[in-house]
Amino acid sequence: MAIEKEKLLWMFRNMVTIRLFEERVAEYFAAGKIYGFVHLYVGEEATATGVCANLRKDDYITSTHRGHGHLISKGGDLKLMMAELFGRKTGYCKGKGGSMHIADVELGILGANGIVGGGFPIATGAGLTAKYNGTDQVAVCFFGDGASNQGTFHEALNLASIWKLPVVFVNENNMYGISMSQKKSMNVPDVAARAAAYNVPGVVVDGNDVLAVYEAAGEAIKRARSGEGPTLLECKTYRYRGHFEGDPTVYRPKEEVEEWKKKDPIPRFENELAKMGILAPDQAQTIKAEISKLIDEAVKFAEESPWPSLEEITEDVYAV
Amino acid sequence: MRKLTMLKAINEALRQEMRRDPKVYVTGEDVGIFGGCFGVTAGLIEEFGPDRVRDTPITESAIVGSSVGAAATGLRPVAELMFIDFIGVAMDQIFNQAAKMRYMFGGKAKVPLVLRMPCGAGGSAAAQHSQCLEAWLMHVPGLKVVAPSMPYDAKGLLISSIRDDNPVIFIEHKFLYGVEGEVPEESYTIPLGKADVKKEGKDVTIIATMAMVHRALEAAADMEKDGISAEVVDPRTLQPLDNETIVNSIKKTHRAVIVHEAVKFAGPGAEIAAMIAEEAFDYLDAPIKRVTAPFTPVPFSPPLEKEFIPSKEKIASAVKALLQE
Repeated sequence: MAIEKEKLLWMFRNMVTIRLFEERVAEYFAAGKIYGFVHLYVGEEATATGVCANLRKDDYITSTHRGHGHLISKGGDLKLMMAELFGRKTGYCKGKGGSMHIADVELGILGANGIVGGGFPIATGAGLTAKYNGTDQVAVCFFGDGASNQGTFHEALNLASIWKLPVVFVNENNMYGISMSQKKSMNVPDVAARAAAYNVPGVVVDGNDVLAVYEAAGEAIKRARSGEGPTLLECKTYRYRGHFEGDPTVYRPKEEVEEWKKKDPIPRFENELAKMGILAPDQAQTIKAEISKLIDEAVKFAEESPWPSLEEITEDVYAV
Repeated sequence: MRKLTMLKAINEALRQEMRRDPKVYVTGEDVGIFGGCFGVTAGLIEEFGPDRVRDTPITESAIVGSSVGAAATGLRPVAELMFIDFIGVAMDQIFNQAAKMRYMFGGKAKVPLVLRMPCGAGGSAAAQHSQCLEAWLMHVPGLKVVAPSMPYDAKGLLISSIRDDNPVIFIEHKFLYGVEGEVPEESYTIPLGKADVKKEGKDVTIIATMAMVHRALEAAADMEKDGISAEVVDPRTLQPLDNETIVNSIKKTHRAVIVHEAVKFAGPGAEIAAMIAEEAFDYLDAPIKRVTAPFTPVPFSPPLEKEFIPSKEKIASAVKALLQE
């Protein structure tokens, strides 16, 4: 598989950006500077990165409560994201949404979502728009293993299938819906097996291998763009942190976490790139330092930004 | 002027808007060749084809949710739910997604979506096919709720709803589909949030919605014979509510009777009564009265259902009792 060097480096940078962004969010959340619920994407970086590396700016995504990685991968602005998490007026949503509702419609990001399974029909509708307008845009719906037990999963996959819509349903199977292991929440080992019910391809891929995700998502997206309809792509991955910040994670064995940390997608990709001669020695460190600076700037921007003014509370309820 | 049934007036509004704007499409269960459960979309598929008159499976969450996604990405869907009673299975997409998207995203999204849904009792369709649930939807910031009583209003309000950049719940009382009234052939709009005085009067204001506007007008006509002059105000839009027209009427009559087919407790009339108490208390000469369905599911058996729906007699007796206060 020949992927141009620039794209490979973008993928690496993007994964590092997500990781460092999330680590910083954890820090500021613990310090009480970030409010509400935050669900971090640490460990799952290869999935959003590998999928979005195939997308154009005019493609759509729907995201989840664990959405920061998707937003960064689709081109989300770190400053506007951080300011939103800090609840500031300059944030993506003017401080009205927070972590679970960041969106950038201009970038095709139709929102993180606080309702598990809420994005399925919305992504299907975005796919309908593309088909209706006769464009070759696609819509990607990110969702977790837990969400695949919601009714909207069934309704959206069925509708996307019968209407042959350009929607790629990307399951990030991190093995847990909060505390419930996938083994207890469904009687099939693979979420992708459910694709059979809709007569669409169901593909399983190592979600911690960014190149494998890139390739599998590329196939699914190509299929969608060419009018062949939806795909259900399952990426097996793991979240290193709890469901939310503050989750004591009593429900999973330490050994399991340690096992998965050995499969960390970032060092793994870093080694591959080094072997391929794409990353010079020390270049990874330089990239990480650069990105860390960008995140410093995002935090500074957020901290120095004003709170929303109180009159704004009633603004933006309705379009006028 | 030409007369049209409310059903035909709604059909004409859809047809004219679909001709005007290629982004407008109709979707829902059996809306295509079947013409919709009540026939509202009849003939549209012949003119606009299956891409713009999209039959769906029985899948309310996906009907609403795909319409939300399509609206957020530039189309203007008009989705039909076969009965308002079915919103329960689609509610997340209505109240958590469509309604809140704009606010949650800091004003950077618009969701120009119309959800049409028939409501109302009168055909022994029992508890899951006969309800009036407008209060559920009035309560959600981000939604607009339209509830016409006349063919003329239905056409103009639906055209406005389709052109509105917000999610609009358009409620059609199924026993008004056959009601005839004057409807201009050309396209026209009626602004959302404007009530209409259906009959002028001076002794009492009857604020009535949908089918109850007709019962209120009948009661008012009967009461004329007894020398009682009732004014009948139809809010037409429940969210936003036209407080001004209602309050102005009460300033004139000093008495208010609210009539709706929804159940009384926390029904739409509770909000209207509270608004009157807040804004027009000094003008009232008597307590506010409500004539509504009892607090029960809609019963099946014809005599029970007849008892459930407020009648013109009940309205007249409430008015007369109030005039004696």
